[in-house]
Amino acid sequence: MSRDININVDYLTRVEGHGNIVVNVKEGRLETCRLDIVEAPRFFEGLLRGRSIFEAQHITSRICGICACAHSLASIQASEDALSITPSEQTVKLRKLLLHFETLDSHLLHIYLLASPDLLGVKSFIPLIDTHNQVVRRALRLKKTCNDMCSILAGRHVHPITATIGGFTKLPGKKDLDAILNMLEGMRPDIEATVEFVSTMRFPEFERDTEYVALVSDDNEYPLLTGDLGSTDGVRKGKREYRDVTNEFVVPHSSAKHTRLSRESYAVGSLARLNLSYDKLHPEAKEIASALGLKPKCINPYMNTAAQLVESVHCLEDAISTVEDLKNMGIDYDEEIVVGLNEQSRIPVKAGSGVGAVEAPRGTLYHNYEIDERGIIQHANCIIPTNQNLNNIERDMEKLVPEILDKSDEEITLYLEMLVRAYDPCISCSTHIVNVKFVNR
Amino acid sequence: MKRPKPKVAFFDFASCEGCQLQVANTGETLLDVLDVIDVVEFREIMSEKWDRELDIAIIEGSITDHHAEERLKQIRERSRILIAFGSCAAIGGVNGMKNNFDPDEIGKYVYGSDYHFFPTEKTRAVHQVVKVDYSVTGCPVYIPEFVEVLKAVLQGIPYYVPDYAVCVECKLNENVCMYEKRVGCLGPVTRAGCNSWCINNRNMCYGCRGIVSNPNEKGAKDVLSRYNIPLDLVLKKIDMYNKCREIKNE
Repeated sequence: MSRDININVDYLTRVEGHGNIVVNVKEGRLETCRLDIVEAPRFFEGLLRGRSIFEAQHITSRICGICACAHSLASIQASEDALSITPSEQTVKLRKLLLHFETLDSHLLHIYLLASPDLLGVKSFIPLIDTHNQVVRRALRLKKTCNDMCSILAGRHVHPITATIGGFTKLPGKKDLDAILNMLEGMRPDIEATVEFVSTMRFPEFERDTEYVALVSDDNEYPLLTGDLGSTDGVRKGKREYRDVTNEFVVPHSSAKHTRLSRESYAVGSLARLNLSYDKLHPEAKEIASALGLKPKCINPYMNTAAQLVESVHCLEDAISTVEDLKNMGIDYDEEIVVGLNEQSRIPVKAGSGVGAVEAPRGTLYHNYEIDERGIIQHANCIIPTNQNLNNIERDMEKLVPEILDKSDEEITLYLEMLVRAYDPCISCSTHIVNVKFVNR
Repeated sequence: MKRPKPKVAFFDFASCEGCQLQVANTGETLLDVLDVIDVVEFREIMSEKWDRELDIAIIEGSITDHHAEERLKQIRERSRILIAFGSCAAIGGVNGMKNNFDPDEIGKYVYGSDYHFFPTEKTRAVHQVVKVDYSVTGCPVYIPEFVEVLKAVLQGIPYYVPDYAVCVECKLNENVCMYEKRVGCLGPVTRAGCNSWCINNRNMCYGCRGIVSNPNEKGAKDVLSRYNIPLDLVLKKIDMYNKCREIKNE
């Protein structure tokens, strides 16, 4: 079939940040297929130079409002790596909890407010207030609970206050832990209803085999906060070798940095984690996965939304047992940290370099700092999940468009938008992947 | 009495979009807010777009390039009320730290030889580009304050960001002073209105709400010397959010 298609979606909506989809088909042949990122660059890595390592968490949290906790945790991990600090067991548990809350919050936001309108055939959740009032209320209620739990643990979700190098400035009291446990258990019925809601959704059938990358480990824990870097093509590397995994490169005629590993592109995020560590999911999460027809290796990118739901169940159940552990251990309040800018040199400082690798809701997030003997940052590098997915999204679009050429322009556009949204891209994070070129306008 | 709901749109510029998220984080209260305003554009969570006249434009983010400046001016032209929402918009915020560097130098550092694809200018707060009617400062915004501002806007009365120090609220909250812990807190020079959010959580104030118009410089210096904290350290800390104050309005 020879046909011309010219799709330009300016300012893709219901994603974090600014992106454009550009697709050109001439006489049935795909000529251009691109996801342009037009977010205003913010130069975080540049402006970190000259700042104290003790400010890094505070500043880099501001890279992204949605995954502020993941950025904080990756930043703290990189800083502690540089300063040779090993966090206590209690600190690690509390950090895991914080990451679980954020993952729940972010996944639920994506499932309900960003992805579901497509599957229900509306433009946003606003019309759903009338047609699906209980669904909207449930979504907002779940979201608020995640937010409230973050507030108890870290002061707030958007730019957490208490999480810092060495631990937490304020530790939760016994009543706080009880309150968190209550909230978590209270989420169960709403999460069950979410599972029912998602099982009614029909995800487009589309497959493309690719390499999936995420943290991996040898223990029995689903790795989110620590681990090595692994891929479904059998790669395994330590986190300090992250550059050998991401292999950032510049695309001809575009300055958008992409990544690749064993083949032309790779993917990170919920589906990648599930494909690599399925066996380590909480049993209830596994049950939901099989009910949704999700098993490794799933190569339908649209199923990332379903994988997020499976992970939500995992995070909820794992958070509940983590809080119970903490209650049984009893919180040691002597571990409360007073740091500030390390004015009193409470933490010994030395020159060095450190890497943090954390599974943010959207995939593996890297922070890397180099500091001098005063703890002043000389170099900084942050590699964001969406950055790593861009190349893979474009390869998906290249395979998808020829398969759906019989559909109308509007339908093709919707399929493409849904594809991009399925990756839950967080473009405000990925400010060093800006592509300012517009072709075939 | 039934008046048409005011048409409201959210626009984001260079920012983390966390302040918009703060609005979504209000839970079911959001539905009450949506009862009194008509949100016609909110790209982060809606596909609907609106290019006509607006009653209220809510601007998140700082202005960092020519394209943003033009877009902001167009929004100003078609908006009756314009709100600078969050520190990036209200005072420049963390994006202002970029102004410590030459734009070409920092561009090269981050993007390498392709840096000229990303023309960037000095970071400016929204009021340094167009007229601002209301400001909600804070990184992120403190939702109770945002609700107050929204109420003021809807009633057509002014809102003033408090011009006294965070210490006032901090004392009422009975926190131990960070200086007693030998930490250089910016509470003494920073505008209140956040209910001393960070110090309540035993971290220090980073000055995200902007500097009071008449800071007690001598008092602050006395405190610093009493606790043996270098002035430079505190001045540099102020720049984290407040670097844009150095730009004079045209």
